[in-house]
Amino acid sequence: MRLFLHELRNQQLVFWRSKEAALFIFLFPLLLFVLLGSVYTGKIYGVPAPEALLAGLLGYGCANTAFAGLAIQLVVRRELGILKRLRATPLSATTYIAAMLASTLVVFVLQVVALFVLGRIFYGTPFPHAIGSLALAIVIGAAVFAALGVASASLIHSAEGSSAVVNFILLPMAFLTGSFGPTRHYPSFLRAIGDVLPLKYFVDIMNAVYLHRQALWTKPGALGVLGAWGATGLLVAALKFRWQPHES
Amino acid sequence: MKAISVRGLRKAYGELEAVRGVDFDIEEGEVFGLLGPNGAGKTTTVEILEGYRTHDAGEVTVLGHDPQHPGPDFRQRIGVVLQQSELWPNLSVLETHRVFAGYYKHPRDVDEVIELVGLAEKRDARVKTLSGGQKRRLDLGVALVGDPDLVFLDEPTTGFDPAARRAAWEMIRSLRSLGKTVLLTTHYLDEAEQLADRVAVMREGRIVTIGTPRELTSADREVEIRYRRNGEEVLLRTTEPTRVLNELTGEALAHGEELERLEVRRPTLEEVYLALVSEDDSA
Repeated sequence: MRLFLHELRNQQLVFWRSKEAALFIFLFPLLLFVLLGSVYTGKIYGVPAPEALLAGLLGYGCANTAFAGLAIQLVVRRELGILKRLRATPLSATTYIAAMLASTLVVFVLQVVALFVLGRIFYGTPFPHAIGSLALAIVIGAAVFAALGVASASLIHSAEGSSAVVNFILLPMAFLTGSFGPTRHYPSFLRAIGDVLPLKYFVDIMNAVYLHRQALWTKPGALGVLGAWGATGLLVAALKFRWQPHES
Repeated sequence: MKAISVRGLRKAYGELEAVRGVDFDIEEGEVFGLLGPNGAGKTTTVEILEGYRTHDAGEVTVLGHDPQHPGPDFRQRIGVVLQQSELWPNLSVLETHRVFAGYYKHPRDVDEVIELVGLAEKRDARVKTLSGGQKRRLDLGVALVGDPDLVFLDEPTTGFDPAARRAAWEMIRSLRSLGKTVLLTTHYLDEAEQLADRVAVMREGRIVTIGTPRELTSADREVEIRYRRNGEEVLLRTTEPTRVLNELTGEALAHGEELERLEVRRPTLEEVYLALVSEDDSA
């Protein structure tokens, strides 16, 4: 436990010290919310546009932090040899990974709080009603996207390309799954692609819990799809994870 | 008490046999040098001992542990400087040492370690602003912060300028005086000669010779005797310098001659080493 807390503190220090991480992972979804919120007007899904946008950006933020952010940080640390070096210390693999996931969750939770506070200040969006369901959904979403992030990190071999590869997946996924606005006017083949992506189901859950004040368990189908993606990520991560850099 | 014991160690990567039957022991408190050209199998051997790599055959014991299945205190007791690894670019020297200190049960005082590796002036500097040599000293610092009994140094001074190398040597000597066991790999001969109590020379996955630096340059080695006769350089190589010299000087005295520029010299470790690593397989 002492080692876990020490490592959690280390991970937080490393994260916030990196301007790139703090800017692109933490700040970018907030900026996007403030910018798009001033553009979107009227009603979406029967609620004021900024509320619907907020729900979508909770989804984008989750994928950005837990999937993209974690994948990029892991690849960079692995290829620099930091992970390899840590394996020679008494810090166990389990403690390291647990602290890394907890640290990612801390960042995402702070981002969620910041999104709600910004929404309240700029666009008068309400604070969430179903707090318990929202909290649980956030933990589940972060876990699923973290599993996919660790899996992706295992499939990316060089630090230089990692950011490009990850964003090449993330940004189209966010557009196709309604994170930046409804997809009902998209061509049907684009919607069909969106329908198999995990972010679609996380955004569905955010819409239900935040916009429609529903409990998490009213969305068993979405939870099932997220679970399947999470399990796939976990399997790939377990089979392909490596501590050592690829030989140059 | 042996810190490390290696018997019949073998390791292949596909077709390439990196280590082909290696045996050696390292005593506690000893500084042991693995010397050899690039590709000789030094790093593979060391990474097996550190627990990073599996081996195909042979027995390996490090501080009483099998490095592949070590007990809980194994990593408390080893310190590692990898041949290539970096640390978090945005943390300071002090923060990096604190991160590592937190992993160990009985760490050394962080400021003391920073002082020891000569980074006191860079204590609050970000790692990314350090020079190559300073980064290497940081690697050494975080390897020592857990107060290990056994320290692995894989080419610790590669890329250092001569002054930085001397400073690193002083640090490694201070490890010996602290009673640490050190396994050092290097392809610099003078480094092995200066630091190691014993040296094993590796070539193509095998140890070709092992002993103290002095033994390597004396045991069963030919001595060179040079002099000039009638303006011509004469070079004799012999394993019995006393007898040969006696004959030579006796003859010269009998003829009332002077053996001009008479010189008797042992080959330097460098010459022994170069001879060892350049012998072809048929030899």
